[in-house]
Amino acid sequence: MSISHSQQVASEVLTNGVDYPAMPWFGMDIGGTLTKLVYFEPADISETEELQEVETLRTIRHYLTGNVAYGDTGIRDVHLEMKNTVLGSRRGTMHFIRFPTSQMYQFIDLAKSKNFSSLSSAICATGGGAYKFEEDFFKIVSLQLHKYDELDCLLKGIHYIDRSNPQSECYYWKNPQEHDKCEKVPFDFRDPYPYLVVNIGSGVSILAVVSPTEYRRVSGTSLGGGTFLGLCCLLTGCETFEEAIELASTGDSTSIDKLVRDIYGGDYEKFNLKGHTVASSFGQMMSKEKRAMASKADLAKATLVTITNNIGSIARMCAITEKIERVVFVGNFLRVNTVSMKLLSYAMEFWSKGATKALFLEHEGYFGAVGCLMEYLKLGHPCHDL
Amino acid sequence: MMSKSYARTIELPSENFFPNLKTARRFAMDIGGSLAKVAYCSTIQRRTSLVFDEENSDPDHIYNISEAEEVIIRLHFVKFETKYIETCLDFVQKNLIQSKPSFMKDKCIKVTGGGAYKYKDLITAKLGVEVDKEDEMSCLIKGCNFLLKNIPDEAFNYQRHGNPEYQFQGTDPDIFPYLLVNIGSGVSLVKVESENKFERIGGTSTGGGTFWGLGSLLTSAKTFDELLELASRGDHRSCDMLVKDIYGGSYPLIGLSGDVIASSFGKAARPNKDHDKVFSEEDIARSLLLCISNDIGQIAFLHAKIHGLRKIYFGGYFIRGHPFTMHTITYAINYWSKGEIQAMYLRHEGYLGAIGGFLKGTEEEDEEKYSWGEHFVGSSGLASPSQAGFMLGTSKSSKFDLLELDRLDKPLLPCPLLLDSASYIPDTVDLTKDADARQYWLQCFSESVETTWRQALKSQPSCADAERRAHQFRTKYLDRLSVLKENPCCYGSLTVRCLLDMSSQYLAENLFTDPYSQLKKFDNEYAMKFLVKHLAHIDSLSWHDRQLELTKGLLAGNVFDIGAKEIRKILDAGKFGFEEAKGRLQKRPWLFDDFDEWKERLLRQPPHKCAVIFCDNSGFDIILGIFPFARELLSRGTKVILCANSKPTLNDVTYSELMMVARHIAAIQSDIYHAMAQNKLVVMASGQGSPCLDLRLIDESLVRVMREQEADLIILEGMGRAVHTNFHAAFSCEALKVAVIKNKWLANRLGGDMFNVMFKYEKARRVSASTKLAS
Repeated sequence: MSISHSQQVASEVLTNGVDYPAMPWFGMDIGGTLTKLVYFEPADISETEELQEVETLRTIRHYLTGNVAYGDTGIRDVHLEMKNTVLGSRRGTMHFIRFPTSQMYQFIDLAKSKNFSSLSSAICATGGGAYKFEEDFFKIVSLQLHKYDELDCLLKGIHYIDRSNPQSECYYWKNPQEHDKCEKVPFDFRDPYPYLVVNIGSGVSILAVVSPTEYRRVSGTSLGGGTFLGLCCLLTGCETFEEAIELASTGDSTSIDKLVRDIYGGDYEKFNLKGHTVASSFGQMMSKEKRAMASKADLAKATLVTITNNIGSIARMCAITEKIERVVFVGNFLRVNTVSMKLLSYAMEFWSKGATKALFLEHEGYFGAVGCLMEYLKLGHPCHDL
Repeated sequence: MMSKSYARTIELPSENFFPNLKTARRFAMDIGGSLAKVAYCSTIQRRTSLVFDEENSDPDHIYNISEAEEVIIRLHFVKFETKYIETCLDFVQKNLIQSKPSFMKDKCIKVTGGGAYKYKDLITAKLGVEVDKEDEMSCLIKGCNFLLKNIPDEAFNYQRHGNPEYQFQGTDPDIFPYLLVNIGSGVSLVKVESENKFERIGGTSTGGGTFWGLGSLLTSAKTFDELLELASRGDHRSCDMLVKDIYGGSYPLIGLSGDVIASSFGKAARPNKDHDKVFSEEDIARSLLLCISNDIGQIAFLHAKIHGLRKIYFGGYFIRGHPFTMHTITYAINYWSKGEIQAMYLRHEGYLGAIGGFLKGTEEEDEEKYSWGEHFVGSSGLASPSQAGFMLGTSKSSKFDLLELDRLDKPLLPCPLLLDSASYIPDTVDLTKDADARQYWLQCFSESVETTWRQALKSQPSCADAERRAHQFRTKYLDRLSVLKENPCCYGSLTVRCLLDMSSQYLAENLFTDPYSQLKKFDNEYAMKFLVKHLAHIDSLSWHDRQLELTKGLLAGNVFDIGAKEIRKILDAGKFGFEEAKGRLQKRPWLFDDFDEWKERLLRQPPHKCAVIFCDNSGFDIILGIFPFARELLSRGTKVILCANSKPTLNDVTYSELMMVARHIAAIQSDIYHAMAQNKLVVMASGQGSPCLDLRLIDESLVRVMREQEADLIILEGMGRAVHTNFHAAFSCEALKVAVIKNKWLANRLGGDMFNVMFKYEKARRVSASTKLAS
């Protein structure tokens, strides 16, 4: 980043009289299972700025950008970071960090130890945890949480990232059922309305989006990522999402589920059900002998398939009732989870006879946090619409 | 000879589980993974009374009574655990096939359900029949249509905190379209548009098998029922992540309360070292049940919404009457539809496939064209909420669940004079809702058992085993009353009508089909002596006085009611005649007194085209009450249809008795003679056999005649037909509801006293254009 460029930006700031809030720029989305943190690292720091940058701010910047893992459980998703991104009047890199919400108190302690409150008296947060931990943030680190609605933030985040990342953010799976021919294909999401957002976190929310400012929560289900991981933990003793997905990817659910062919010997022609269709998830586990033979990997796979198909089925029906053809799946359930993405792609296409398309976004679970950061930038000048 | 024929139907203890097996024909089976159902049809021969005309010199003689064989076609459905299937087949083999070796020869048996394939060879080996496999889903739909059409109160919705918990839906003349959600191992959603048109519109693999399979992996429960039992004791909040676990409270912006489950099993999604405690089996089972029930409810709602369906019935082994499961599904449907759609369940959902399979085997016999009535005596009823779901307990008797349906002689249809047959409910008081009334009537019926069984015994003086049967009636009926006291919802809505009908069914089951036949004959002959003089007296009155006298006659006649316990006391005490009865009547103004409006109507408006009178008791009631009243209407040029019960009950006049009475009156009274000769006065069978009147189910010929004659006046006489039932009934024609209140408790409840009079005259009501179109 050239100095002249940054000066130009700075002068713009001056001429427009735009007043952005002080650094550091954070957006935080505290979900039921995971907390997602977006941090904007300005690349256009002028020498003056550099000199003026307080010690605390520098410490935080170096801590966040200098590591890819924080404590035992915090992780920076390096592959998602967005370089050379313009945010407000600044150009820089957007970093994406996550840690389990169960570690929230460690995080608060960290903020305290880095003396965060000396920089800013407020931090923007969304998600249920913004409400749940509000009091603790204030009591322990004297930080006031500015709370924003998670669905508002989610959509603002999707809009921002898609515009900043038009070539590579949105994609779909071509030939999702064919191992060899299956490929990821970019999708032009510039004129997406109306579309359905299926946000799969611990639970699932389904939103119908009709314009940049207009959306409605049409449905949801409690059978989400939390159910997958919860059941996997109970069934296999695994401890993390990555472990569960890893197990599932090597498993075979057909030894766990009862398929149409297990009941009817083949296809159930009267109702046009193929023999390989799952008739009863975990249906074979009613038998003691079959239970004894079930492997952890097979159980994990069956859990993944059950939860995914159920979400797919509900999403598809919502698409019908809302008369919408584009369905965008987001949320951290889809992270490192191509099995589910391909299943959802296939289900949408098959049941709609090709009319409905399953779309995915690279930044899966971070839209809420990004949207929240947008809100933070507005704090300085409420009328400015990003 | 006669005693021998009665003895023939003694139930062997072992026969309890397969009643009337010896006369069984045409079997069908529905074999599921956990429960099997056997269906068969039997013929029951029993003695009943027959009235007939015979030359007789005695001038008082009206008719003779003799005994006749009556044949009843009954459908039996027996449900038991599939593991007993071989024992049951052996039993059938031993008790039926062995005695009639050629019975099953060259016959085939319809078998449906998942076990049709598995047990095919076993059935062929044991019974020597070919197995004809029938598609499960089409049997299910056929059975469902059959039950919804034939059985009142088949469908109900369930409110866990409702009083009562079960809300029965009566009958729906328009059963289509509906969505049937069958929850077996998986879930199928079938849209049913007509008798023969249905389509599977969707399904989900998250069903009963998922509950059972996952539940078996996660807990030590061995059976489905054990899992349900665990779930009933658990608390899902320890495993599920609620909105308040994420938010610390509710999420008001999108209307989610803090208690809504945000993520099923979400709290289990933690590294094991973080679990502050091990999740209990109960809590896991509860979370699992909730998660699956909610999911099915949501998916069912979405499908109903997409297809514009407003009626959703849930069935399949996952439900099996289990209150908590029904509650969760109801909650989910209610939540998603914002209260616009109610989840409905079926009292006999376990039998749908067996009924459908059976009907498929009888297509050439047109069984579907008949109407069928629930034989309460031989049916198990819903388990009480505290035991539901655990019906397969340890006691032997609870291992078998029974359903019996009797074929009625003719199809029964809704009365065309009803304002709106869809919203019509015959019964005035639902005893499942009204605890005071329930307590009173159950007590009242228990007390009257004493008189009933003595009368039954008296009616068969020459029968050796009559006393044993009379005692059996008493014991069984009292047992049933105590079951109903514990569990009022177990046979659908509990009403005075069904308590009366159950008594008649228990009497008939013990071969007392018409205990009052001799008494009715005596009363008719006795009343007949007064008719000529009574008519002469009426004719001597001025028009105004005559109308009042005819009405009072109608009321005085109605005092003679064997069904009312206070009246029995008076009648048993000795001489009590028509004039005495008139003297007991309340003085005007009556408790319900529309007499002046009625008189005004007669005076000012053209005569009615056709009056339909539903008659009550034999003796004074029919002869000195109804006939003179009808004669006055006839004199105005109104046609009169006298309707009497098709089957005997208490001292209510039956169709065949009324025919004899009418002919006798015609012979001595010329007006009646001419009216009958010109078809201005006709006697018809109502199709019913109850002291009460369910206008949803009346004889199709009567329905046809009501339409042809453009009936514009309906007269309902007596407590059973006008107070216990039809008190609130609305008609599209004029209506008279006439009764003497002969029960002190009821009279007090209506704000009156014993012998108070109800004379309600109601003008024809109109329906809005939209409702009219529907009918």
